[in-house]
Amino acid sequence: MPDVIDPPTATPAKPFPHTDLLDTADLTAADIKYLLDQAESFYEIGQRAVKKVPTLRGITIMNCFYEPSTRTRSSFELAGKRLSADVINFSATGSSVKKGESLRDTARNLEAMGTDLIVVRHPASGAAAYLAHHLAVPVINAGDGCHAHPTQALLDLFTLRRAKGPLAGLKVAIVGDISHSRVARSNLLAMRTMGMEVRVCAPPTLLPAAVERYGCRVCTRLEEAVEGVDAVMMLRIQMERQGGHTFPNLREYAARYCLTRRHLALAAPDCAVMHPGPINRGVELTHELADAAPSLILSQVTSGVAVRMAVLYVMWGKKKR
Amino acid sequence: MYDLVIKNGHLIDPANGIDRPCALAITGGRIAQVGGTMEGRETLDATGLIVCPGLIDLHVHLREPGQEWKEDILSGSRAAAAGGFTTICPMPNTAPTHDNASVTRLMLKRAEAAPVRVRPIGALTRGLKGEVLADLGELFDTGCVAFSDDGRGVQDGLVMRHAMEYLRPFRVPVIIHAQDDCLFDHGVMNEGWRATELGLRGICNAAEDVHIDRDIRLCELTGTPLHVAHLSTRGGVDLVRRAQARGLSVSAEAAPHHFLLTDEEMPAFDTHWKMSPPLRSPADRDAVRAAIIDGTIAAIATDHAPHAPEEKERPFDEAPFGIIGLETCLPLALTLVRDHGMALVDLVARLTSGPAAILGLDAGHLGVGAAADVTLFDPDERWIYDSERHFSKSRNTPWEGHTMVGRATHTLVDGRLVYRRGEMVAA
Repeated sequence: MPDVIDPPTATPAKPFPHTDLLDTADLTAADIKYLLDQAESFYEIGQRAVKKVPTLRGITIMNCFYEPSTRTRSSFELAGKRLSADVINFSATGSSVKKGESLRDTARNLEAMGTDLIVVRHPASGAAAYLAHHLAVPVINAGDGCHAHPTQALLDLFTLRRAKGPLAGLKVAIVGDISHSRVARSNLLAMRTMGMEVRVCAPPTLLPAAVERYGCRVCTRLEEAVEGVDAVMMLRIQMERQGGHTFPNLREYAARYCLTRRHLALAAPDCAVMHPGPINRGVELTHELADAAPSLILSQVTSGVAVRMAVLYVMWGKKKR
Repeated sequence: MYDLVIKNGHLIDPANGIDRPCALAITGGRIAQVGGTMEGRETLDATGLIVCPGLIDLHVHLREPGQEWKEDILSGSRAAAAGGFTTICPMPNTAPTHDNASVTRLMLKRAEAAPVRVRPIGALTRGLKGEVLADLGELFDTGCVAFSDDGRGVQDGLVMRHAMEYLRPFRVPVIIHAQDDCLFDHGVMNEGWRATELGLRGICNAAEDVHIDRDIRLCELTGTPLHVAHLSTRGGVDLVRRAQARGLSVSAEAAPHHFLLTDEEMPAFDTHWKMSPPLRSPADRDAVRAAIIDGTIAAIATDHAPHAPEEKERPFDEAPFGIIGLETCLPLALTLVRDHGMALVDLVARLTSGPAAILGLDAGHLGVGAAADVTLFDPDERWIYDSERHFSKSRNTPWEGHTMVGRATHTLVDGRLVYRRGEMVAA
């Protein structure tokens, strides 16, 4: 029989005041630190030969994905299964037309079946908050439109903390399609909360209005953005979202915004390279950098499972009414 | 001996320059005497009340025919009467579209049972598609008072030019929903920090301004009066002001939400704050407010746009644009007097003689011989807006539970009392 061990910090009292996890805007530095600390103990479980603990045995988690996703869905599914929860994957990408009504009614049905946690990804900004408003069961936002992707931001911070030590004072550049990126928004909020210095960098067509109000520096030249930073986070360019005229073509984009060794020479020593994936090699970063030593891209994926285990564990049992 | 005498009130009739305590006599449904001593078979004591011409809303959506679950001509008219309005102009985005005279006839037939006057606005183009002209002449002959593709901008400038040119002999205004669809880019709220923060697609001011600019030039080219609906931007205000200074027949209206609310205050993803044009920045809101006060914007119009709860209770992207406004307009407009130094007589003008002049209607004044459409309101009554107890069928409003100051107390149409203090008066 393999060992089955509870995570060491699994105590009944969870000092986390939120009944849903919708956005990093809602989280204080203490909230974030608590989640990251929890994730450390779950990370350790992922390093064992047998990666399963009985923490959420008998608990049902519904993964509702209204948008295609491989990485996030698998990560949540794996996180739930490693905690011994029953995980149901519900994908509704086909019936996206009447999603407004079906979103509410489907979720109410899932809740009525006795689901304990709902993880939702949806193409409409605010969809997770909408569900949280209508359901008593805790809702975890796995990405809503261009609005928020809190578990991604948490796993990015977790990865950074493991690689770089305490977060406060770290300098990070976020580069790419900031306009349409929920990853950028959630990271900007969380990083500022943790006392980090953030720069965003993109052609002006991919910067949202008033983005400086996040308290970040706004750059249009990659050389300026990476100067002296401890980490560079490259965002995926989604050609299908560009409508053909936010920049001339991928070749020109890459010439100006593709991260290379030359850029890293301007950054702090051992600058980490991050990417939420999936990467376009040669567009956001060179083939070489994607695999080389300073890249944390695969560590982000590994961390993702631990962070989501922590989130599922912490959010389970939060009753709204 | 007159039919009815309204005594002890403060009469405000901007068109006739009256703003003083004054009695009003009505006989045979018409104004019979203004001021002096008079006796009536019936007397209405207006102590503490303002007596003014019936309010005119030149921009409402009554949803009939086709979407009667949101509103219909009768329910919308009752909401209007309760808000102090005696004339309302429904926009043509019905189902079927009000682009032919059979729809006009249906609307006017339904309006016979309505407590207030319904003066429909016909479509400019067939199906509001912006391609082929609607049956403009027949619509005019059947009773349409203006033409508009409201809800959509006419994208093709040549179609707009021809529509305006064709309408010149009719001497009625073309009302524009200024919106360039390319620049609008499927936006759902104002472009700015709040949209960025919520990850919602923004709508830039330019999407509105370029159409206002284009259509002012077409007004100059064709000579047809242009009226800009629900003006929301400071750039648009500036364009309208400069066109008026050049002597062009260009007018504009603004909605209470655009002179009171901004995108920055919007509660996260609250679809009761979703309308088109969207709530803009504080600078835009202030420019619209100043333009109402100085008269550049001659009319306050509600853009009353009812939607059912199941339609509005959706993720923000998917919810329809628009809010109701007939029963909250007067108290919200009175904030301009209370908080922004506007003269009450000017405010009453924006709700009466202003819209009447834009549409060329013989209404909105209390001259002897005029139809006795009269509104009485208490400018100081405090009340809490409760959409459970109002007359519209819909409840899509950001003002639910809001404390209002000022309220219509009596609404008379053709000298007949149709609404009195919270209740419709049976015919």
